[in-house]
Amino acid sequence: MNNQEKEPLFSARNIKLLTAPLHKDNPITIQVLGICSALAITVKLKPALVMALSVTIVVAISNVVIAALRSYIPDRIRIIVQLVVIATLVIMVDQILKAYAFDVSKQLSVFVGLIITNCILMGRLEAFAMANRPWPSFLDGLGNGAGYGLILVIVAFFRELLGSGTIFGYPVMEKIGIYTTGYENNGMFILPPMALILVGLIIWAQRSKDRSLIEEKQS
Amino acid sequence: MENLLNIFIKGIFVENMIFAFFLGMCSYLAVSKTLKTSFGLGIAVVFVLVITVPVNFLIENYILKKGALAWLGKGFADVDLSFLSFIVFIAVIAAIVQLVEMVIEKFSPALYNSLGIFLPLIAVNCAILGASLFMQEREYANIAEATAFGAGSGVGWLLAIVGIAAIREKLHYSNVPDPLKGLGITFIITGLMAIAFMGFMGITL
Repeated sequence: MNNQEKEPLFSARNIKLLTAPLHKDNPITIQVLGICSALAITVKLKPALVMALSVTIVVAISNVVIAALRSYIPDRIRIIVQLVVIATLVIMVDQILKAYAFDVSKQLSVFVGLIITNCILMGRLEAFAMANRPWPSFLDGLGNGAGYGLILVIVAFFRELLGSGTIFGYPVMEKIGIYTTGYENNGMFILPPMALILVGLIIWAQRSKDRSLIEEKQS
Repeated sequence: MENLLNIFIKGIFVENMIFAFFLGMCSYLAVSKTLKTSFGLGIAVVFVLVITVPVNFLIENYILKKGALAWLGKGFADVDLSFLSFIVFIAVIAAIVQLVEMVIEKFSPALYNSLGIFLPLIAVNCAILGASLFMQEREYANIAEATAFGAGSGVGWLLAIVGIAAIREKLHYSNVPDPLKGLGITFIITGLMAIAFMGFMGITL
C-alpha cells in the first residue's frame, strides 16, 4: 500500500493502463465488450465521435466513483450500486447532449440510454475499479474509452466515406471529382450489415499483424 | 389484432434486435458457442422481454411521461419525470429479472437449472433495456401493442442467436484463416446473416 502511494502519477504501470486498451487489450476487438451500442451509430463520424466521448467520460468517472467507494460497497448488492452510479452519469450526459447538441442527440436516439448496459462499463467496473485505487481506475477508464472510440471512429470513417462520400459532412468524394469517372456511393455501407463486416475485417487486420492475439482452438 | 400481429412480425424480422440495431451483441457473441446454451439464453430473453416491456410501458405512461401523473390530481398535471426513465427502467429490469429467477426456481427447478447462470446476466443485456427505450420512443398506443413488440423482439433475438450458434458449431470443421478465427469470422457471418434479413425489409401484413 505504502509504496503504491509513492508511485508517480505517470509511472510505467499507469501509462500501460492508458495505452494497452488501444491495441493489445482493445475493449471491442479483444475483450469483446460494448459492441451493442458501438455499431448502430457509426453511419456518420459526428455521432460516432460524440458517442465515443460520452462513453469515455462515463467510464472514467464511474470508474473513479466505484474505485473510491469500493471498500464501502457490500459485495452482494454491488451490481445495483454500479448500475445506479452509471445510470446517474448517463442521465447527466443525456441531458447535456439534449441541451447543447440536440441534433446529435436525436441521431443517437436510444443509444445514449444504452450506454448504461454497455458491457464496457460493467466489465471495467467489475474487473478493474472494484480492485484498484481511483487514479489507476481513472486512467483505465480513459484508456478503454479511447480504445472503444478508436474502433468507432475507424468504422464510422469508412462507412461515411464509402457510404455517403463525405467526412464530417464535408463532400470529399465530390471535391475530388470522382463521380465524373462513374464512381457511385456504395449504399450498402449505410446499412447495418456492413458495420459488422467492417469490424470483422478490422479484427482480421489487427490479428494478422500481431499473431499473439489469435484465438486458439475455436471455431 | 392484425396490428398486433404486424408489430410482432416486424419485431422478429424487419427490426431484428441484432441484425438491425446490434442490441444484445455482447451475450450474442459470448454465449453462441453451442446450440443448447444459446437456446436457453434465447428463451430467457423472450421471457424477460415479454414481462419487462409492458411493465415499463405502464410506468412510462402512468408515472414518467409529461402529464402522466394527471390521475393524481390537478397539481400534478404538468409534472415531467421523463428524465428519470433510464434509471427507473434499469431498476425495473433488474428487479424483474431477480423476481423471474425466484419464480422459476420455485416452480420449475428443471428450467431453472438449464437457464441457471444466464438469468442474472440478462439484467445487463442491451436488448432488454433497448426494447424498453424503443417502446418509449415509438409511443405504442396500448399495453397489448407493447407486449407484442416485446415478444417479437425477443423471438427475433432467439432466432438470431440460435442461427449463429448452429453455424458456429459447423464452423469447427472448416478451415478458417488463423487471424480470422473466433471473433472475426463470427462478425462477418453475422453481417452476412444481416444481409439475408434485409430481404424482409418493408413487409407488412
